[in-house]
Amino acid sequence: MCGIVGLFLKKDELRPKLGDMLTDMLITMTDRGPDSAGIAIYGDETGGIKITVQSDTPETAFADLDADLCAVIDGPVTIKSISTHAVLTVPAGSEKAAIAFLEDKGLRIMGSGESMEIYKEIGLPKDVAARFNLREMGGSHGIGHTRMATESAVTTMGAHPFSTADDQCLVHNGSLSNHNQMRRVLAKKGVFTRSENDTEVGAAYISSRIADGATLGEALEGTLKDLDGFFTFVTGTKNGFGVVRDPIACKPAVMAETDDYVAFASEYRAFADLPGIDAARVWEPEPATVYFWER
Amino acid sequence: MTNTLDMTQTELRDINSTLQAAAKAQANAEYIITNPRGSHAMACGLDGPLDVTIQGSTGYYCAGMNKEATVTVKGSAGPGVAENMMSGTVTIEGDASQYAGATGHGGLLNIKGNASSRCGISMKGIDIVVHGNIGHMSAFMAQKGNLVVLGNAGDALGDSLYEARLFVRGTVKSLGADCIEKEMRPEHIEILKELLEKAGADAKPEEFKRYGSARKLYNFNIDHADEY
Repeated sequence: MCGIVGLFLKKDELRPKLGDMLTDMLITMTDRGPDSAGIAIYGDETGGIKITVQSDTPETAFADLDADLCAVIDGPVTIKSISTHAVLTVPAGSEKAAIAFLEDKGLRIMGSGESMEIYKEIGLPKDVAARFNLREMGGSHGIGHTRMATESAVTTMGAHPFSTADDQCLVHNGSLSNHNQMRRVLAKKGVFTRSENDTEVGAAYISSRIADGATLGEALEGTLKDLDGFFTFVTGTKNGFGVVRDPIACKPAVMAETDDYVAFASEYRAFADLPGIDAARVWEPEPATVYFWER
Repeated sequence: MTNTLDMTQTELRDINSTLQAAAKAQANAEYIITNPRGSHAMACGLDGPLDVTIQGSTGYYCAGMNKEATVTVKGSAGPGVAENMMSGTVTIEGDASQYAGATGHGGLLNIKGNASSRCGISMKGIDIVVHGNIGHMSAFMAQKGNLVVLGNAGDALGDSLYEARLFVRGTVKSLGADCIEKEMRPEHIEILKELLEKAGADAKPEEFKRYGSARKLYNFNIDHADEY
């Protein structure tokens, strides 16, 4: 099992409430995935690139990190640290050097992008949400995941969402059976993953297709042909999110749409607190069919 | 007298205990459940005459193992609704998720919206009427009973079918192994007419096609020995 939630807001005035709405959805999915939880939130763009990093020893790891990074990339750096995570904002163009420096320092890279921030840890979803103050976060859209691990260890790096390119991330309910083969195929192309996890390979596959010129829709279509196994995928991009289920479609999925939002969840329970849900259009996404919403 | 139970005030287990006791009491009581919020296993295991209306959408396994009771969901139902139903009536006003009515032995499952994949999988005597469409692999290994679909059916309808009857008004994306279209004889029109009436479905029996088992998988075929 695993739980997935996603929320795409159609109205700007709801943006300050995104974190609050997503947190309720995430916590409702606790019994589908009690061992870890994570969220990718697409918030305000600052003109720079946001790099989210994690450390088990944040007090020492994050002290003077902005100044050290500033010296390396020779540009302005801001830092926002929350619990085990920190978001460093660097000027566009310097992110590659910044990420290499941060990885060298032993920090774990959660993701990077103009608007995306990723927060994920092991523990119950309610504890993870409280640790990062997810309720207080605003944004245009976000996706979240509650994990019941099958394919790799219960660690921060094994938690979802997985990000393998700027502003792109993936959450997954299911298991991939050809992920080792696909990992080797991608490595030959110079696309590398950071964990042993099957979902990260799925994320890297989608990122690699997009980097080769495919649209999000085409990349998601490609998962149906090139990835073997069970999956309900929700993928986030800077402008929206996409959904695809494998042709067998035994992993559950339900969607809801109103004039205010499009919501995705593994189960209807996650929608119960959304405003106007009683009048929403609620449906189950078809197998082997790509859906996406972009602004 | 109608009793109302509010799921924001009462725990699911208490609600199910109350309903199960009321069903056993054979008193034909009426219950309304408010604020179901997609909860799992609602109104399951009812063993006696009882009328339950759920005011909203339900999660996994609603009205499972139902016997004699009438359960109405005024929203959509999650996976496995009316699984292994023995008798009674379960009505879903919205859509039903995968494997609706799986392994059902009897009674009527009436789905006013669409049902997704594996509807009526391994059904054993239940009647299922779906007013909308059904998904892929529906009626897989279905043994007995009737599956009536007013809309369209997805891929591999009736794969490895035994003796259940399948009636589809719309298109069938593909038939599963050993499932074939069959002649609609007067007795089938009669069965269908009765089922459509019971389900309150606005359709004429003559508009449907019947599908059933070709019965080629019942016995080992020596000509296929090389295929294993």
